[in-house]
Amino acid sequence: MLRTIKYFGLGLFLIGLVVFTAVNFVGEYTVAPQKFEDWVSSKGIVSELFLQEAREQIVGNAFTSFELTSKLSELAEKSHQFHVDRIREWESEGQVSQDSINAEWSKVIWLDWSKTHKEFTYPLLQKTVGGAVADHKLLFLFLTFGLGILGGLLYILPDVVLLGPAGIKHHGIYHNSATNRGWVGISVFAYLIVFYCTLYFFPAYMVNSIIITDPVSLSLSGNSASQWFMYGFMYCVVMTVMAVRMYVKYRNNTYQIFRTTVVLFFQIAFAFLIPELLVKFNQPWYDFKNAWPLDYDFFFGWQLDQLMASGNLGWFMLIWGVVLSLIIVPVMVYFFGKRWYCSWVCGCGGLAETLGDPYRQHSDKSVKAWKIERYLIHGVLGFAVVMTIMTLIVRSTGDQYVFGLENYKVQSWYGFFIGSIFSGVIGTGFYPLMGNRVWCRFGCPLAAYMGLVQRFKSKFRIATNGGQCISCGNCSTYCEQGIDVRSYAQKGQNIVRASCVGCGVCSAVCPRGVLKLENAPNTGGSRMEAPEVVLGNDGLKSLLKK
Amino acid sequence: MEHIVIIGNGISGVTAARHIRKLSDKKITIISSETEYFYSRTALMYVYMGHMKFEHTQPYEPHFWKKNRIELKLAYVNKVDFSEQKLFTDKAEVIAYDKLILAVGSTPNKFGWKGQDLIGVQGLYSRQDLENIEKLSIEGIGHGVIVGGGLIGVELAEMLHSRHIPVTFLVRENRFWGNVLPRQEGELISRHIREHGVDFQFEEELEEIVADANGRASKVITKSGKEIEANFVGLTAGVRPNIDFLKGSELKIERGIVIDRKFATNQSNVYAIGDCAQFENPVNGRRPIEQVWYTGRIMGETLARNICGAELEYSPGFWFNSAKFFDIEYQTYGIVLSELQDGQSEFYWEHPDGKICMHFVFNSESKMFVGVNAFGIRLRHDVFDRWLNEGRDINYVLAHLKDANFDPEFYKAYENSVVSQYNSEMSENVRLQSRSWNRILTALKT
Ligand SMILES: Cc1cc2nc3c(=O)[nH]c(=O)nc-3n(C[C@H](O)[C@H](O)[C@H](O)COP(=O)(O)OP(=O)(O)OC[C@H]3O[C@@H](n4cnc5c(N)ncnc54)[C@H](O)[C@@H]3O)c2cc1C
Ligand code: SF4
Repeated sequence: MLRTIKYFGLGLFLIGLVVFTAVNFVGEYTVAPQKFEDWVSSKGIVSELFLQEAREQIVGNAFTSFELTSKLSELAEKSHQFHVDRIREWESEGQVSQDSINAEWSKVIWLDWSKTHKEFTYPLLQKTVGGAVADHKLLFLFLTFGLGILGGLLYILPDVVLLGPAGIKHHGIYHNSATNRGWVGISVFAYLIVFYCTLYFFPAYMVNSIIITDPVSLSLSGNSASQWFMYGFMYCVVMTVMAVRMYVKYRNNTYQIFRTTVVLFFQIAFAFLIPELLVKFNQPWYDFKNAWPLDYDFFFGWQLDQLMASGNLGWFMLIWGVVLSLIIVPVMVYFFGKRWYCSWVCGCGGLAETLGDPYRQHSDKSVKAWKIERYLIHGVLGFAVVMTIMTLIVRSTGDQYVFGLENYKVQSWYGFFIGSIFSGVIGTGFYPLMGNRVWCRFGCPLAAYMGLVQRFKSKFRIATNGGQCISCGNCSTYCEQGIDVRSYAQKGQNIVRASCVGCGVCSAVCPRGVLKLENAPNTGGSRMEAPEVVLGNDGLKSLLKK
Repeated sequence: MEHIVIIGNGISGVTAARHIRKLSDKKITIISSETEYFYSRTALMYVYMGHMKFEHTQPYEPHFWKKNRIELKLAYVNKVDFSEQKLFTDKAEVIAYDKLILAVGSTPNKFGWKGQDLIGVQGLYSRQDLENIEKLSIEGIGHGVIVGGGLIGVELAEMLHSRHIPVTFLVRENRFWGNVLPRQEGELISRHIREHGVDFQFEEELEEIVADANGRASKVITKSGKEIEANFVGLTAGVRPNIDFLKGSELKIERGIVIDRKFATNQSNVYAIGDCAQFENPVNGRRPIEQVWYTGRIMGETLARNICGAELEYSPGFWFNSAKFFDIEYQTYGIVLSELQDGQSEFYWEHPDGKICMHFVFNSESKMFVGVNAFGIRLRHDVFDRWLNEGRDINYVLAHLKDANFDPEFYKAYENSVVSQYNSEMSENVRLQSRSWNRILTALKT
């Protein structure tokens, strides 16, 4: 009976997922003249070639999303080529005035593949979409998110009974193709990769998925939903449903329950509701818990301009951001370890700890992986710091070039490779294959920064309980950060590692009560040195004392 | 260069090898017929239950051995020639040693039951046992019977249970693990195991296992004549030293390989450690054969010192151990026997939900603390070890109980309830102290 409910839930969830995906293959985009002109002026397009051709070929016609985006890009590229060629010609002839050349330059439409769809075509598609989905947003909100939530809960809740008395049951994780990199896991991986690539680079192909959340967005900020709103909403929904799973799975473990609740709260309140409400009241969208350098564009010019232009609140946000990163973050890490952020506050951590929990065992525990981790994560931290310094220099000198590099380019590279590909596509997409903390472990510059504080100056450690370890390996297997916890525990050594996010799962799964997350004073090396002799061998201990 | 040969790549042999390498440059060879690499046999159950893959049970990566110049040989030693200092493997290899360490572990007890060698009847000790039960499970296990209510028995029960296979448990005593646990704890754990749907048959012993037409077990008959359907029978009535291949040689053997306090056998340059060793004169109050993980580790480390020049006797500190029974963890420090000894008093506290308890034993007269059993609560090893070393009395222990709490943060603490029950039962006036890092960390340092 309960099992039937579970499968029914799974069915509903899958229907929701299929509808969410399929809506993007329907709908009609009818480009009314007014909408087209609004879009043109918002994009500042002045190329007469583009405008003429677009008015002929696009305006007044109906398209599918794929047709419309490709038509727009085709015309834009053609016009780009046309104007650039003309400028070249004029320059080589040397007879045309510089003013005309400059005027011609302003007609050039600059396109960069990674931004074409998200910045150029998407706004027009979003405004022109029509069809069943656009006409029945609420219904489709129910058929996608609604069924997803309902199905998810029906799948999860029966476990309260099915899994038996409270206690973590990892039964069958390595027998199940969803959690053992089998075909289900690989399918989830593929879906996530496609989803993230579309979301980041081709949102024009998922307009219907996005506008489904219009009713929610309108009621919050009064604006229609952007792809980021849809993603933020989805993020909260997924975390909430998967938090319920955490409550069921870890219901014997108060640490896990508290942590899950708090991280969920920060996501919903700080990353989602507060920023949307700020927008509603014409204030800048601002996530008060997002700390630089994870929030890598905090010091970007447009961001500073926006905050400085937003009155007292803007200045407060600016100062808060700086204080958060430079004072609160390290001080909190000193007292509690970086876990206070990574697994109690952070959104990336929040998703990893809820949606990602079923995949935590896939992190690579080898020494080699640890080596790669240190190069990568500190590399990204270096990149973020250098980029930020560069940005600030540019702001004070006004010269776009620093160290011979164009600031804007460096920012775009970071945004593309680190901000989108690494943290999003790889960070989440690879959950089913490489574990739930790929980004946090290998990429996050804030984690790297806090890691240094945690490693060298903190009270936090995972204490090892004397000689009780039986080297079973549960702790290492379920460490999402790929720390070989056992290698410390079996030596009676406390675990002090830069990468530890303090999720507490090693302690939770240890069958012998060996591990305890602790903030304690540091007296005489007790924090991280391995004892010469593991507790229990009194004979050897007294020999060494002599 | 001196050649140290170790038979057995379990915790004791491997610990010896690692420490010999740390202390010296001797040539080291480890021979085992079970697996290529050292793994934790304590984790066998988790592999079957799908919590881990077999690789995860290996505490060291494969490159570790090469890096540390520890040669590994996958072979079975048929025979040792002690006078020539040579051994012979099943691969027809002859290996000479300067020093030989026998760390050959245990093998499950079989008491000559009828049908004990049928298909579907096995113990749980080795990797081969794991592969075997996996194979049987794929063929299908309708009902399992487990014989012997100890730690490995309950692990086997949990394993079958995790794959939704109904289990019946034949236990000779009137409660679970009755020869080790006091009545209260035995009952608590029995209740919990039952809650999971395991069928306990107390005061029942195996008489016979009956085969089906294919030679696979099909049912067991108990001494009292009960017949129970079973195409899987787990024999978990303890283990014994795995020393049959040494029988008939000059090596002195009783139940295990007889050794002195420095692990030397009666043959020169031959030592024995771990599960297979039997102390001629056991250390104060300990058993002659100790079959647990950490004693194997301590023996290995101590012997390594001796092989590298020290003259160290086996001298483990106070007894401790731990286990987990389905969802309930167990830890013990000091000695708590199943029956209270003469001159001892006890104090037992149990949480109303019946899943958490603490059982303290102390000297009736001096009040000196003797040992504690804890279920569902984690306790700090260092702190209890220190209290035992310092000979603290029970009142001191209870007053400072918060120092010993090792439960995760935000867990409900029970010290208040424990101490107030103690005070009212014993008409004492112990005042619970708040936790002191200072005290805890000094325990760590000493
Ligand atoms: C399922 C299970 C769970 C356990 N859980 C716990 C626990 O939670 N806590 C605890 O303290 N203890 C536990 N134990 C006991 C603990 O595992 C043993 O005490 C410990 O492993 C013994 O180590 P050892 O090195 O002495 O021998 P072993 O680990 O038995 O190693 C001996 C090795 O020698 C090999 N060998 C033997 N003879 C030969 C030969 N002639 N030629 C070649 N190779 C040979 C064997 O194949 C074996 O690989 C458990 C045991 C089992 C089986
Ligand atoms: S889970 Fe516990 S007993 Fe097992 S290896 Fe880790 S610390 Fe040791």
